[in-house]
Amino acid sequence: MTITDLSVMTLWTAATLYAIAMVAYSVRLARVADAKLTAKNAALMTVGAGAGAASVETGEAEGADASADAEAAVADTAATPVAKPGAKAQGIGRSTMLVGLMLHIVGVVTRAIDAGHAPWSSMYEFTITGAMVAVMVFLIVQRRRDITYIAPAVAGFVAFAVVSALRVWYRDAVGLQPALDSYWLVIHVPIAIIASGIFGVSGAASVLQVMRIDRDSELKKRRRGMGWLNLPHRAVKSSAARWLEAVPVPQVLESLTFRLNAVAFVLWTFTVISGAMWAEHAWGRYWGWDPKEVWSFVIWILYAAYLHARTTQGWAGRRAAWLAIWGLIAIVLNFTLINLYVQGLHAYAGVS
Amino acid sequence: MTEPETPTPEKIKRFSVDNYAYPSAPRLGVRGWLRWGWRQVTSMRLALVLLLLVGLAAIPGSLLPQWPQDAAKTQSFLDNNPGIGPWLDRAGLLDVFGSAWFTSIYVLLFLSLIGCIVPRAIVHGKAAMVPVSSAPRSLARYDGRLEATSPLSTDDAVAALRTWAKGRPVWGWLTGYRVRVDERTAGHGKSRNGTPQVAVALEQGSLREWGNLLFHASLVGLLCALAFGSAYTYRGQAVIVEGQTFTNAAVDYDSFEAGRLFDAAWLKPFTLTLDQFDPVFDLTGRPVSFTAHVTYTDPGEAAEVATIRVNHPLEIDGGKIYLQGNGYAPVLTVRDSDGNIAFSGSTPFLPQDANYTSTGVVKIPDVTSGPQIGLVATLYPTAAQASDGTVSSVNPQSINPVMLLTAYEGDLGLDTGIPQNVYQLDETDLAQVLGDDGNPLVIDIAPGQTVTLPDGLGTVTWDSLPRFVALDLRADPSLPWVLGTSLAMLFGVAVSLFAPRRRLWLLLTPAEHGVVRDGDAQGGLTLIEAAALAPPHDEAAARALASALAVSSGLPVPRPTARQEES
Repeated sequence: MTITDLSVMTLWTAATLYAIAMVAYSVRLARVADAKLTAKNAALMTVGAGAGAASVETGEAEGADASADAEAAVADTAATPVAKPGAKAQGIGRSTMLVGLMLHIVGVVTRAIDAGHAPWSSMYEFTITGAMVAVMVFLIVQRRRDITYIAPAVAGFVAFAVVSALRVWYRDAVGLQPALDSYWLVIHVPIAIIASGIFGVSGAASVLQVMRIDRDSELKKRRRGMGWLNLPHRAVKSSAARWLEAVPVPQVLESLTFRLNAVAFVLWTFTVISGAMWAEHAWGRYWGWDPKEVWSFVIWILYAAYLHARTTQGWAGRRAAWLAIWGLIAIVLNFTLINLYVQGLHAYAGVS
Repeated sequence: MTEPETPTPEKIKRFSVDNYAYPSAPRLGVRGWLRWGWRQVTSMRLALVLLLLVGLAAIPGSLLPQWPQDAAKTQSFLDNNPGIGPWLDRAGLLDVFGSAWFTSIYVLLFLSLIGCIVPRAIVHGKAAMVPVSSAPRSLARYDGRLEATSPLSTDDAVAALRTWAKGRPVWGWLTGYRVRVDERTAGHGKSRNGTPQVAVALEQGSLREWGNLLFHASLVGLLCALAFGSAYTYRGQAVIVEGQTFTNAAVDYDSFEAGRLFDAAWLKPFTLTLDQFDPVFDLTGRPVSFTAHVTYTDPGEAAEVATIRVNHPLEIDGGKIYLQGNGYAPVLTVRDSDGNIAFSGSTPFLPQDANYTSTGVVKIPDVTSGPQIGLVATLYPTAAQASDGTVSSVNPQSINPVMLLTAYEGDLGLDTGIPQNVYQLDETDLAQVLGDDGNPLVIDIAPGQTVTLPDGLGTVTWDSLPRFVALDLRADPSLPWVLGTSLAMLFGVAVSLFAPRRRLWLLLTPAEHGVVRDGDAQGGLTLIEAAALAPPHDEAAARALASALAVSSGLPVPRPTARQEES
C-alpha cells in the first residue's frame, strides 16, 4: 500500500465515521427533544395539580441540559430513575467523531508527506484540511461548553466536505508551483482555514438561532396573498422540527456565535492583511481587487456588519444572525464558485 | 428657535403631520436641519446600511471584467456584448472600484465613521478622567453574588485587592482595574444602621473602548495611506532579453503608470542587466522555479550581482523589482534582397500555453530595396508532429525548437506615426507571401538554419534562442503606513473584542460590627460581599470575581478551570 492509498483510505473511513456520528447525534437530539417535551407536558400537568411551577420556568428559560434537570425532576416525582436522554447515542456520536478525527489527521498528514509540502495548496487539500479544522474547533469548544446540539450539523457538513473532496476535487499530489512556494503559504492559508472552520461552526449555530427564534415567535399575520412566505416559518414550527426544543434558547446561541465570530473575525482580518503582504511580495501590489480579494473583503464587511448589528436596535438578534449566515454563504461561494468559474490570480487552486 | 408659547399636545401632534400648514409650530431651521442631517449620517443604522452597500457594490467588481485589472479582457467583453456592454461601462460596472458611486458610498461610510468615533473619543476621554463610580449600597439584586469571611482586616484586604487590581507588571496598564475605595456606613435608606463598611469598586473596560477607537481610527488612517500611496506610486513593466540591459527611465519601460503627484524625474537611473534566466521544470513540464540572475548597477557605484525569483523580489533603494513573466526571444537576422542586414536582434515571443508555444511578430522596415517585410512566427520549444501533421510543443524546455514562419510584404504602416502593437502586424497594406501552390507559404526553420524567402525578398537566419523576463518595477512610499495602520487595526479589533468590560464590587464589613452568620466567623475579621456587572458573553467575569474574593480573603488566586455552559 502506498502512502497515497493510505491517505485516501483513512479519509474515506473518517468520512464514514462522521456520517455515523451525524446519525447518532441526530438521534440524541431527537431523544433530548422528546424528553424535554414530555417533561414540559408533565410539568404543565403538575402545575394543574398545584406544584412544580419552578420546573416549568427552567424548562422555558433554558436549553438542552436544563431539560435533563426538568426530566430528572419529573423522574423524581415518578420515583423512577431515568438515564440522561440520548446518552447512548451521544456516546456513539462522540466516539465515532473522535476516531474519525484521528483517522482524518492521519489522512491529512500522510497527504502532506506524499506531496512534500503543507497540505493546503489545492482545492482538495484545502477542503480536507478545512474539514479537519472544523471538527477540531467543534471538539475544542465542546470541551468548554456543551454544544452537542450543533454536532449533527458539524458532522454532516464535514462528512459531505470530505466525500466531495475525495470524489470531485481529488488530484494527485504534486510539487508546489513557484507562485505558492513561499513562507506565506504557511502563515496566510492556515489562518484562513482556521477562520473558515470557526465561521462554519458558528454559522451552524446562527442557523439554529434563526430557526429557534422563528419557532418561538408567532406566525406573521396574513400576508395579502403571499401566505407561502410563511412556509419556512410553518416548517420550523411544525412537529417535524420539534428537535429544535433540544437547542438552547436564542440568547445562549447568540452568546456562542458572538464569541466564535469575534475570534474568527480577528483571524480573518489577519488573513486579509497577511494576504495583502504576500501579494505585495508575489505580485508587486498589496491589493488589486482580484476576485478572491474582492470576496475576502465582502466577507470581512459582512462579519463587521454582524458585529455592529448585534448592538444596534432593530438589528440585534435575528437580523444579525442572518448577516452571519450570509457571511458563511459568502465564504462558501468564495471557495467554490469563485475558484471554479472566475478567473483570477488565485486561480492556481488546482482544479484543472 | 424661539417659541412664543408652549405648544399644546394637539399642536405638537399636528406639527409632526404637516409642518407647512402651521407656521406657529416650531421649525427646525438651518442649524436644526444640519443637526438632523448629521445625526442621520452618524447613526449606527445608516453606518450599517452603508457597510452592507460597500460589500454589495464590490461584488460586480469580481464578476465582470474590470479595466484596471484586465483591460484586454474588458475590451473583448465589450466587443462580445455590443448591446449591454457600453451601458455597463457607462454605469461604471467595468471599473467598479474607481466609479463615482463606489467612491461616494465609501466616502459617506467614512464620514459616518468619523462622525461616530470623534464624539465617542471625546466622551471616552472625559470618562477616563472621571473617577470610578462607587459600589452600590446593596448587592442583593446581582446574579452570582458571593459572600465570604476573610481572616484579613479590612485595611489588609483592601491593600491586597489594590495589588491584585494592578495586575501583572507591564501588562497591568492594559489589563488592570481602576479602583475606588469608599469608607461609609452600611445599608441604605431605612436599613442604614451605622455599621462602618468599606466599599471597593473595581472597573475594567476602558481598554475595550480604546481598542474600538484605535480600530476605527486606523481605518481612517489606512484610507489616508492608500490615498497617499496612489498619488505617489509608480509601476512600470520592462521586458529584458538575456544579455540585455535596462535603464531605469520612463522611456525605457514597455508600460509605465504613475500616481498624479509622481514626478518621472525621481526615477533613479540605475541599470539592470539580465545575465541569465534559469527556469526549472520537473519531468512532466510543471514549473518548479524561475530565477533571474541580474547585475544591478547604481550610478557611480560598483555593480552588484543579484537574483530575482517569484515571491522574492529584488529590493532596491526605494522600490522592488518583481519577476512577473518569462518566455523565449529568438534572435533572427534578416537580409534583404541586396544581401544587406535589414534586421538583426531578439524578439520576445508571447507564450500561449504551459508548454511555451509562443507567438511573435518581427517587423523589418529598414530594407535597402524592395518592399518592407513582416514575419509572423510561432515557436515550438519542443516540437512534436502528430499523426495528422499538426505541430505542437510537448515540453516547455527548448529540446527541439522549431519555428513556423509566414511572411508578409508591403508597407508595415510604421511611418504613419500611430503607435503600433509590437505583437501584431497591421495587415492593411501588406500582402501575404504565397507558395508555389498558391497557399500562404509556411516556412519551418530550426536554430542555425537560414531560409530563403520567395519573390527575392531575402533570407532569414535563426541565430540563437535566448530567454526574456518580464519585470515589474514598483515603488510605493506609503507601504510602511499601510502596514502600520493595518496592524494597528488588527490590534485594535482584537482588543475591542477580547478585552473585558466589567465592574466588580466588594463590600467589606468588619466582623465585630457585622452580623456573624451561623457562627462561621471564627477567625474571620471581615465579612465580604461581592458581585460583578458584565455583559452576558463575558464568562470570565465570574472567575474574576472569585479571584477578587479569594485575594481579599488572603487566599491564592484560583486557577481557571473549564466550565460547562448551562444552556
